[in-house]
Amino acid sequence: MIPYLHPGTLNIYEPFVKAMAGEGDELKLLGMWASPFVLRTRLALSFKGLSHDYIEEEIFGNKSKLLLMSNPVHKKVPVLIHNGKAICESQVIVQYIDEVFTGTDRPSLLPANPYDRAVARFWATYIDDKLFTSFMTMIKGKTSEEKAEGRKQSFAVAETLEGALKELSKGKPFFGGDNVGYLDIALGGFVAWVHTGDILSGSKQFDANKTPLLAAWFERFCALDATKAVMPDVEKLVDLSKMRQARDDAAAAAVSQSS
Amino acid sequence: MSEQQPVKLIGAFGSPFAHRAEVALKLKGVPYELILEDLENKSDLLLTHNPVHNMVPVLLHGDETVCESLVIVEYVDETFDGPPLLPKNSYDRAKARFWAHFIEHRCLKPFWLSMWTEGEVQTEFMEETKQNLTLLEAQLNGKKFFGGDTIGYLDLAACMLAQWHDALEKVTGVSLVTDDDFPDLRRWAKEYTSNEAVKQCLPKRDLLVTYFGLHKQKYKSFANALVSQKEVK
Repeated sequence: MIPYLHPGTLNIYEPFVKAMAGEGDELKLLGMWASPFVLRTRLALSFKGLSHDYIEEEIFGNKSKLLLMSNPVHKKVPVLIHNGKAICESQVIVQYIDEVFTGTDRPSLLPANPYDRAVARFWATYIDDKLFTSFMTMIKGKTSEEKAEGRKQSFAVAETLEGALKELSKGKPFFGGDNVGYLDIALGGFVAWVHTGDILSGSKQFDANKTPLLAAWFERFCALDATKAVMPDVEKLVDLSKMRQARDDAAAAAVSQSS
Repeated sequence: MSEQQPVKLIGAFGSPFAHRAEVALKLKGVPYELILEDLENKSDLLLTHNPVHNMVPVLLHGDETVCESLVIVEYVDETFDGPPLLPKNSYDRAKARFWAHFIEHRCLKPFWLSMWTEGEVQTEFMEETKQNLTLLEAQLNGKKFFGGDTIGYLDLAACMLAQWHDALEKVTGVSLVTDDDFPDLRRWAKEYTSNEAVKQCLPKRDLLVTYFGLHKQKYKSFANALVSQKEVK
């Protein structure tokens, strides 16, 4: 039973929750199956070979006490709980597990060299700022023009990432070189959304004609066992997208009728 | 990259982001050449070394280029000897990165928009900023700096809440970080701006005031454009 921390205590500002009984390293991930940031974290755990408990939060339901206590600042997933300590924000989590879980059976995600690490961090920030924003505009744009603008931006971002992949991979299969690295995982969080978007639009986000390296990377990354082990069901994502779209359309229609 | 390779920092007057990178170098005792950009008329040096964003700061270390202020701070911390900027412990490092992300996205964005918008929109941004600054202030928890006794990564992330806040308050009349509402943050700001390394990289308050005054209209237009985009997100 997790002790309940009253919201008035200073602890509410600290991403920390008291430990449950457990031996050795206890890893729990609070997630939501459709979230690209959760997928990113699951990919990192999968590629590092880290077993953990996965706890699903409801999409449209109430947030659990565990989530509210362990991420009181944002109340969002993913949250990693390691021996009772909560770590929030997907990129922070991935770096944390990379630093803590090392050894011959735990491949490093970030490069060893500080400069290569800086480059990886730069592009990971770019992915979250630009790619995510363009996807959100595509999905949530109020008008078809705004959505189209989002799609145009996403193609521009993909072209920039194509250049990054060419430079960083140096002809090898991944951003990380021969093996999947931090940046592959940063981008990898979005592969389920990309699949979904491709099905819904009937065209490819990572078009082999415009961004051949990215298109090849996408197929290759999705075919890996460690990716397949955590990929959400894309058909379910398509259904969810259609349901969300119908709900947004109904809400917009109600607003325009009442005004 | 050998520590001995020459270091250059492309910055610009008034940029809190360039300030972060510069203070990191000063704290580590790294000699560097500062190249100041005119952001109205960007140089080929900047455009070729940061083709993605065309923004400062950019760190040139020998043949290598690092962009994004907080990425630069981590790079400087990992590459050069000197007092550590990030905590040694992985969990504490994760907390520092979490709060830096929080500062960047949940404090500085609404803080900046509070300055340049009006009416109901401004009131909303001010409320959001104050709520989030309350959460941030609690992280000080009686310490001199977010980093403890010495300045660290999180203090650099929060630098805009020190000198820049005071200059912005003078130009816009918008007062967010007051002694009454945020006594610990105000105390931190005084400690931060009194630090010897920081002082060497801090733009003078009256020059900042002039600078912001000159660019007021531009900031207002950008802020209002961003607000209409924000509704989509």
